[in-house]
Amino acid sequence: MTISLRGLTKVFPGGVRALDSLDLDIGEGEFFALLGPSGCGKTTLLRTIAGLETPTSGTVAIGGADVTALPPGRRDVAMVFQDYALFPHMDVTANIAYPLRIKKVPRARREAAAAEVAGRLSLSELLGRRPAQLSGGQQQRVALARAIACRPQVFLFDEPLSNLDARLRLEARTFLKRLQDDLGVTTVFVTHDQSEALALAHRIAVMDAGRIAQVGTPAEIFRRPATTFVASFIGSTPMNLLPGRVAGGTLRVAGAVLPAPSGLPDGEEIVYGVRPEYAELSPIPRDDAFAGAVTVLENLGTSTLVTLEGGGQDGDLLVQVVVPEGEEPPVGTSAWAVPHTGRALVYHGDRLAGPG
Amino acid sequence: MNTDAAGLGRGRAVTFVLPALVLIGVFLVFPALWTVYLGLTDYRLTGLAAADPQVVGAGNYTAALGDERFQRSLWLSVQYVLGSAIIGQAGLGFAIAWTMRGRRGPVRRIVEGLVLLSWILPSSVVAFLWIALLDRDGGTLNVLLGTPGAAWLLDHPMLSIIVFNTWRGTAFSMMLYAAALENVPPSHLETARLAGASTFQQLRDVVLPRIKGHILTNMLLISLWTFNDFTPFLITAGGPEGRSEILPFYVYTTALRGGQLGFGAAVSFLILLINLVFALAYLRLLRNRDRDLREAVA
Repeated sequence: MTISLRGLTKVFPGGVRALDSLDLDIGEGEFFALLGPSGCGKTTLLRTIAGLETPTSGTVAIGGADVTALPPGRRDVAMVFQDYALFPHMDVTANIAYPLRIKKVPRARREAAAAEVAGRLSLSELLGRRPAQLSGGQQQRVALARAIACRPQVFLFDEPLSNLDARLRLEARTFLKRLQDDLGVTTVFVTHDQSEALALAHRIAVMDAGRIAQVGTPAEIFRRPATTFVASFIGSTPMNLLPGRVAGGTLRVAGAVLPAPSGLPDGEEIVYGVRPEYAELSPIPRDDAFAGAVTVLENLGTSTLVTLEGGGQDGDLLVQVVVPEGEEPPVGTSAWAVPHTGRALVYHGDRLAGPG
Repeated sequence: MNTDAAGLGRGRAVTFVLPALVLIGVFLVFPALWTVYLGLTDYRLTGLAAADPQVVGAGNYTAALGDERFQRSLWLSVQYVLGSAIIGQAGLGFAIAWTMRGRRGPVRRIVEGLVLLSWILPSSVVAFLWIALLDRDGGTLNVLLGTPGAAWLLDHPMLSIIVFNTWRGTAFSMMLYAAALENVPPSHLETARLAGASTFQQLRDVVLPRIKGHILTNMLLISLWTFNDFTPFLITAGGPEGRSEILPFYVYTTALRGGQLGFGAAVSFLILLINLVFALAYLRLLRNRDRDLREAVA
């Protein structure tokens, strides 16, 4: 089912504007991520789709029908909460079958349905257990099974992986992606973890202060972040964002002279963005590189994140570069960070002006 | 396992505990035993039996159990506990706590303030307020309802003290349930709402199983307090014609006004036994619940 949101605004008592006239369309069968830092309104948006929050203005439509005024129980959506919200006094079967029990499905039919879904999520051995007797990963699967068992039109996941430990999280991520693929049900999930959003979603909406900063596929968002906010938020190592100026068809950024995209007037202030992965270190001075002293080395496993200090006029700019295993420069030496100009991004007035 | 965690040794440990034991002995154990002894005698406040009480065995107990006034008092006490504690205080307290849950700001503070006010006022003040409220001539209630001359305390003495005690004691249940409801995770209620559960179903499936322990503890406390409550004596004094004479009033009138101290002691002991039955029943329910929880975790 499609979901479309029009002019959605939510102002909480006390004047906090969690959603600010937001428009969004989510397609049939899409796995859609709402990504943003805490307080950006992503959870409020999810809860508004669920009907747990009433928007101050605007409409929510599911499958073409306006559901803004419908209570949560009549929207045919299922939600998995961050804490899973399993009922501690019910066993796994009763938990999974709970929505069916509310819908007055006869006991035999709903228990059969619960057993079938449980089998699909490899929970068959655990049907008689209470939630307290399950591991975190098992609890999560029970919560998923409860959502699946009532065959809703839309799944809503609130931070579905955040309560799992790091290793289990990767397993659960793969599992979740395959499950969504199999079921083909429109799914919206909230996360503050950009890697989770990139890995799982078909499309991502990056949110900032109640508005959507950018909507796109993971590749689009990663390669061409529309604003410096998205640029700094996406990527496992934060992007270098360096202030610069257009001068005579070139860019002057922190002592480096770099090619400018066309259409930028002379003298304009710009922000030059380059990911640490899209730059390399040179031991000898170059014109198209940021100079600095190596101050910090952070081992990332197969590579190392190098921090250079001392670029720019004031000498307080930090530039980070990822270097491959075995090529780390010694701390304290001088080095030059050379951006891959084809992968660099130039922002003019906080809008993407083009690759550098 | 070493049971002497503090490393005091038996002698010094006893020395530490002894003062407390002496106080308990003097002020709790001795009076209890003294009551049991008195209950077996014909001890009176004045006269010959006050100077030289005779042991009459179980005579007081058989007399009390056979006394119609005692039986009526017991029945009135049961009505009083059921009406004012279980239905009134616990029911109303839960209803207020449920309505006020998740609410912040002035409405909640005003409601809580008003409910608490009735709890913290001294009994004698409260009794006076209620006499003024229910008075036949110019009582506030009669003015409000436009029923001059309705004698509430004479026509409906039990109802009056039940409503009075509900009003007076609801604060405790309300606060206890409000605290318990804070422990119900919002996501559980929301899961039920998303499944389409009605308010009744949310209460049955999510809230009550979660706060069962709080409910039982509250019931235990308010049942015992209400059963032993003497405050309404200040309003009806058990009257008219003993129609609101719950057990504590009965003991008071027979033992102190009637001077039959031995008989009163026997009735007190019976009240103690009834309290004990109450307490054991609730504690058993609580233990069952704990065992369920342990089995769920094991």
